[in-house]
Formats: sequence, C-alpha cells, structure tokens
Amino acid sequence: MELGPAGSGGREPGRLREGLRVYRLVAGAWIRSTMAYRASFVMTAFGNFASTALDFVAILLMFTRVDGLAGWSLPDVAFLYGLSATSFGLADLAVGSVEGLGRRVRDGTLDLLFLRPAPVLAQLAADRFALRRLGRITQGLLVLGWALAAVDVAWTPLKVLLMPVMVVSGGVIFGAVFVGGSAFQFAAQDASEVQNAFTYGGVTLLQYPPTVFARELVRGVTFVLPLAFVDWVPASYVLGRPLPLDLPAWTAFLPPLVAAVCCALAGLAWRAGVRSYRSTGS
Amino acid sequence: MGAGRLYAAVAAGGFRRYATYRVATAAGVFTNTVFGLILVYTYLALWDVRPHLGGYDRAQAVTYVWLGQACLAALAIGGGGVEDELIERIRTGDIAIDLYRPADLQLWWLAGDLGRAVFQLLGRGVAPFVLGSLLFPVALPSDVLTWTAFLGTVLLAMLVSFGIRYLVALSTFWLMDGRGALQMMMITGFFCSGMLLPLNVFPGALGDVVRVLPWSSLLQAPADVLLGRAGALGTYLFQAAWAVALLLAGRLLQSVATRRVVVQGG
Amino acid sequence: MVDGGTVGEGTPDGADAVNAAADGGRTAGAGAGGGFIELDRVEKVFAVRRRTGLLRSERREVRAVDALSFTVARGEMVGYIGPNGAGKSTTVKMLTGILTPSGGRLRVAGIDPARERTRLAQRIGVVFGQRTTLWWDLPLIDSYRLMHRMYRIPRARYRENLDRCVELLELGDLLDVPVRQLSLGQRMRGDIAAALLHDPEVLYLDEPTIGLDVVSKARVREFLRDLNAERGTTVLLTTHDLQDIEQVCSRVMVIDHGRLVYDGPLAGLHEAGGSERVLVVDLERELPPIEAPPARVVRVEGPRQWLAFPAAQSAAPLVARIAAEHPLVDLSVREPDIEAVIARMYAATAPVTPP
Repeated sequence: MELGPAGSGGREPGRLREGLRVYRLVAGAWIRSTMAYRASFVMTAFGNFASTALDFVAILLMFTRVDGLAGWSLPDVAFLYGLSATSFGLADLAVGSVEGLGRRVRDGTLDLLFLRPAPVLAQLAADRFALRRLGRITQGLLVLGWALAAVDVAWTPLKVLLMPVMVVSGGVIFGAVFVGGSAFQFAAQDASEVQNAFTYGGVTLLQYPPTVFARELVRGVTFVLPLAFVDWVPASYVLGRPLPLDLPAWTAFLPPLVAAVCCALAGLAWRAGVRSYRSTGS
Repeated sequence: MGAGRLYAAVAAGGFRRYATYRVATAAGVFTNTVFGLILVYTYLALWDVRPHLGGYDRAQAVTYVWLGQACLAALAIGGGGVEDELIERIRTGDIAIDLYRPADLQLWWLAGDLGRAVFQLLGRGVAPFVLGSLLFPVALPSDVLTWTAFLGTVLLAMLVSFGIRYLVALSTFWLMDGRGALQMMMITGFFCSGMLLPLNVFPGALGDVVRVLPWSSLLQAPADVLLGRAGALGTYLFQAAWAVALLLAGRLLQSVATRRVVVQGG
Repeated sequence: MVDGGTVGEGTPDGADAVNAAADGGRTAGAGAGGGFIELDRVEKVFAVRRRTGLLRSERREVRAVDALSFTVARGEMVGYIGPNGAGKSTTVKMLTGILTPSGGRLRVAGIDPARERTRLAQRIGVVFGQRTTLWWDLPLIDSYRLMHRMYRIPRARYRENLDRCVELLELGDLLDVPVRQLSLGQRMRGDIAAALLHDPEVLYLDEPTIGLDVVSKARVREFLRDLNAERGTTVLLTTHDLQDIEQVCSRVMVIDHGRLVYDGPLAGLHEAGGSERVLVVDLERELPPIEAPPARVVRVEGPRQWLAFPAAQSAAPLVARIAAEHPLVDLSVREPDIEAVIARMYAATAPVTPP
C-alpha cells in the first residue's frame, strides 16, 4: 500500500517501510497512553462493542418474526455479518483515524504533519490510534464464531483457506475506502459524512444477503465500488450458494486482487489530494 | 413579551448556526439517503416473508424507513444536538457563565436546540424523504389534517428528545466526562426509538415495554400518526406527558447541580 | 501599489537599506556556494472562489507571494514581519515544503523543499505559536521520544539535546504532563525543545511569543539568542511584536502584498517609517506640557503626559533630561506596533494612488 504523499521522492523503495515504521511508532505511543488508563479503556471498548453490536441486534429482532431473509437463514446472515463486521473493524482500527482529515485541514493542523520526515498518510492513520475499536472486532469475531458453528457447510481445504484471506482482504478493501474517502475531503472538507455513507453504509449493506437488494445496487457494489468482494462473493461460495449476479465460482478467490487494485486507486486518489492541497493550501 | 422574544432569538441563532454549513448538510442528506436505501431493501425483504408484519403493509414499511432518516438528525436520536456543547461547558466550567445570564438555563438550551432541530428537519430531513417517496411506493396521507397532526407530533418529539439529552448532559456534573453517558444514550436511543426496527415489530413483552418508554415518542409516535395507525390526541397526550416529566426532571436535576456549582465556586 | 518596485524606493534611506541587504545577500551567497536560504522571484498564486449568489460563485486569482527574492546566510537571525495577509505564512509554508510555489526558485540548504520535503524535514525545525507540533493528548516526554525515533536521532545526541533544553527551558517538572494540560507559555517552551532535538540548521518560528507573559517572552528570546550564539542556528522569526525583533534579530524583512518592501536593520525600518515611540510620564502633579525636543507632547491627562519621540532614537537621554527637570513619579515606553510602522512607511514614501 502506497503510504507516501506526492512529490516527495515517492519512488524510493524504502518509503513503504518508513511509513510502516512511523505508523508503529505513533500508534505505539497512543496504545501506551491508552493503557495508562485501563479502566477507561475497558469502558470505551465495551461501549464500542455494544454500539456496534446494535446492527446484529436488529438482525436478531428480524429473525424473531421470520425464519429467513430473501432465502438466507439466521446462521447464513450471521456469517455475512461476522465477516463484514470483523473486516471493517480491522480497517477502522488500522486506518479509521484518516476520516479526521477534513477537520485537520480546517483547523490547520494538517500542515504540522508535513513538517516531519515521515509520510503524511502514515502519521494521520496512526494519530489517535483507538484501541477501543477492538470492541467492534470482538463482537464481529464472536458472531462469526457462532455462525461458523451453526452454518451447514461442506468444508474443503480451499474454503478453510479462503476464510482468513477473506477477512484480511476485506479489511484492506475497507481501508482503501477510508483512505479514498479522506482524499475526497481534501476537495470538500465539510463532507466527511459522504465518507460515512461508504464506510458505515458499506458495512451495514454487507451484513444482509445480496439477494435482498436490487440488481443494479448489487452491480454497483460489485463492479464500481467492489465492496461485494469483502463477503458477498466469497461467502456465497463458502456457503455453497449461487454467487451474486451469477458470477463464476473462481471470482470467489478474487478478494486479494480486488484489495490490491483498491489500494492502488486509493493511493492515487490520496496523491492527487495531497498534490492539490500543497498547491492550494486548502 | 420580552422573554419570549429572547428565546425566539436564541432559537433563530441555533437555526442559523447549522444553516451555515451547506456542504456538511448536503453530505448529510446523501448519507441519510444511502442508509435509507439499504434499510428499505432489508425491510422489503422482511415484509416479503411476512406481508403484514406489525400491522404495516409494504408501502407503510417503506414510509417508516424514510421518516426515520428524515427525523434522525432533527431528533438527535444518536446524539449530535446541543448536548455536546452543553457537556463541554459543564466539563470546562464555562457553565458558570451561563448561570449568570438573565435567562433560564433550561429554556435557553431548549430554544437553541429547537432552532437546530427545525433546521435539520428542513435541511437534512425533507430531501431524503422526498427522494425516497419518488423512488419507492409509499403510503402518505392525502388530507391536510393528518399532515398537520403529524407536524404536531414531530414538535412534541423534539421536546421529548431534548428532555432526554438535557438529563444526560447534566449527568456530566457528577461524572465529569460525558462520553460514556452519550454512548449509552445513543445505544438506547437507536434501540428504543424504533430506528433499528419499528417498535410494533418487536416481539412480545419486549415490544410492550419499549412502546411505553419515552423514546417511542421520537419516531414511533409521529410514524403512527402519519401512517394513520394512531389518533393524534392520544399520541399528543402520551408525548406531552413524557415531555413534561422529562423537562421537570431536568429542572430538578439542574437546581441540584447548580447548587453544587455555587457551593464549589464553579 | 507603486509600479514595478518596492515602496522603499521613494526614500533614499529605504532604497539604500534594501539595496545594501540585497548586495550583502549576494556577496554571502557567492562566498559560501549560495546563501543558506535562497528565494529567487518566488510566486504563490491562489485561486479564490467567492460566493456571489445562492449558487453562483466567481473565481479570482490572488497573488499571496509575488516575485519574492531574498537570501539568508547561515547563522543569521532574521525577523520576517508584515501585516496580516501580507504573505508571511505562505512564505514559511513554502520554505518548509508544505506548499509548492507557483513559480520561481527556492532552496533551503540546497534542497528544493517542495520536492524533497522529508529530506528537508531532518534539517529544519518549526515552531508555531498558535498550534502545537506536539501530540496533544500524550505526555510531553512521549512526544520527545517519538521525535527521537521518527527523526532517527542518535541516542547520545538526543539525550544531550533533551537535557540541555530541559534545563534551559525549565521543562523538568512538565515532562510527564499531557500537552493539553500545559499553559501557553509552558507549551511554547515544550514546542521549542521539540523543534531542536534533531539539531536543525534553521529554526522557523511563527509568532513564538504570542499570548505569553513578560517573563516567558524574555525567557524565549534569551534562549534563541543563546542557541544562535552557541550552535550557529539560522533563525527566521515571524512576529507582531517588534520587541521580539529588537531583542533577537539583526535583520528585518518586511513583506506586504506578497512583496518585500524593506530589508535591513530594525533602526533603518524606524527611519524609513519615521515611526515614533511614546514615553508615558507620570508627574507628581499637574504641570504644563514638558518641553524636551525632539520629543513632543501628544496628550495630557492630569499629572500624566504622553511624549512622542523618533523610534530610532534612544530613550535614555530623554528620560534623564525629564527626570532632572521635572518631579517624576513613574514612566514607561510604548513601542510602536508593526502595523503602525508599516502604515507610516507608506504615508512617508508613496503617494497613495487609486487602484
């Protein structure tokens, strides 16, 4: 993943490593400071757990009145939910802080990141590293664990292998959405809510079966903003269901590739954003 | 009436403050529309299986979704109203300055919040609602009377909403940090107001309980009046009872809290 | 604006000062293979969108910095002043690599800041009076530890620099305090230390004394003088406080409307602007206006009198004379502010032409 801003020696091979190094440094400092107030950490992490679990509560409430949703049982939907929530939780933990970009442009504190000998994106992503976001990951994993025990799947080595690949690729895809959305905030600093539509909206969308939604919407999140590869496409394969849009089975193994393409595009958007910021100062 | 004019000016100020953020408002409309779309499809899937779930038909369920998106920001169901600023002022001690104003603390903040709520209803609420009504079949009343009655319930919902948030904000006097309380408020608000799912879809006893809690005044009550499933008068009485109870509780807590401030010298 | 040149051209004094500084810069530049900071006709043009109707807006180009040229030699301490919106912070943002110039050539330590931002960052230190570069919620020492590793400062060097800053800036008791709990003066000292841990060759300070009390101001100024004397650190200081310049800088540059309008010693600026300081004299009783040319009484209020005198002139002989001839209770000197000096400079040198 390209962590470097434009025009500052981006071709150096060590930039990615330098970005990760600085990311670890800054995130580490925040983790240490969080752990200094352990009780407060436990409470905020629990708050994060409870508030992000609301979506699953809504699903449970629905299933008190029906046995299936668009042909999917509760364990199947829980499987989707667990995958989506865990992937998103990982992205939110790792790079969720970038959504504060618009505020930093407005109050002028973004400039400070340009003064340090480190990639701006790495500094921004690690800023205020919020360990409480483990709450979302935890509830996502709990639901996923229950779903794995409850779903009726004929496991093959390939399907087992696909599980971690799915979660990690999904996290990277959501991470790219976070970064791309922040790059958009260079152009419209007050429009951070637009980003919410794609991040938080995306994770909500993917918690329900693709068969619930209109075909055009499914097409959009498959071919335009390829969120479908976070769980819909690979999870349908694992569950032995027809893939959305009648995609062939091999597309279930595309998530890593899709994630790589998303990263490249987000990187380009970020570079363009930084370049315009450095030429306009706003 | 001088006092009335003062609070009207405060309310107008609250309206204008939010009206200046045009891009943020447009972004909010976009986000509410996206979430509305997602919810509409899931509700439709639900109503496909159970066509008369909770006594709603498909069009009514769709209408409920867009009403929720229209009211979410205005009624600050997940937070985001004046309570954030109020909490900050209590935390920093600036609240002591407010106490010296020749105005009632609760009415002052209520007026500001009403101004905000009216702006967000118009600026952020109307567009997703209209857009949703154009894209999906909805069940809207054709008579002016129902619409007027509906607006009355929304206004009362604003009072109840403020009543809840004012109590939460005042808790900062004792907790010194509003984050935990705000998060609890958000979780309870989403669950009990019907933002997740209409309260009449909730199963059994749980459904009975949430229907009498104050949060049902926020979304469920206006929805029932708009969808013609509840009479205006009964709904008004229910909402007004909660509004009065919450605002009175707020006054009581306020007087205890301000006595603390005076004793501690700020 | 006057066409095609600096305002200073109108007066012999101003013109000389500008030329002398420019010549000095060139000489220094030729000697050491280029000045440490070099700007050659640097421009920054912004497109500003202004709302003219509900949906209509018009685009307008604003030249924040306009053909700006100057050279700063290694080890110089330069004050960079001008009214709000004159282009000061835009210049600093270009010098530090935050903003890319629209035109012209700019080098700091031989590096093009816009192209090699991270390499430059190792060699410069920046302090903003209004915004902290420290991590707001972390204890001060954590920010320093982060700097240590982010800038890859050798351990011994880091320890030495930190100990020195902690001692001179009296930070010992503050190291474990989260930055947000520091007072403005404490935070400023913490920021200055943070900017110096990696031995920068140049230090940019943007309003470093704004909002500080008299003691803190004096402490910051003294520290900067020592730093320059001991380490030869080049200092570029933007400020609204002429006393910062008077006590720290040997040279002052004035920018207005994106152009350099004065470059030379501070005394020359007072001459060019014909600016005046004011001596406030409290007498034992009400007396007729004091006669002490070239000072003149500008205001009398009971036993208190205000005397204006040329800013370039020392106050000492005037004070001595008044003390000798009048029953004195108290007195104080009021410095002219930068806006007033620059306004006078215009009034004295350039006939205002309608735009």
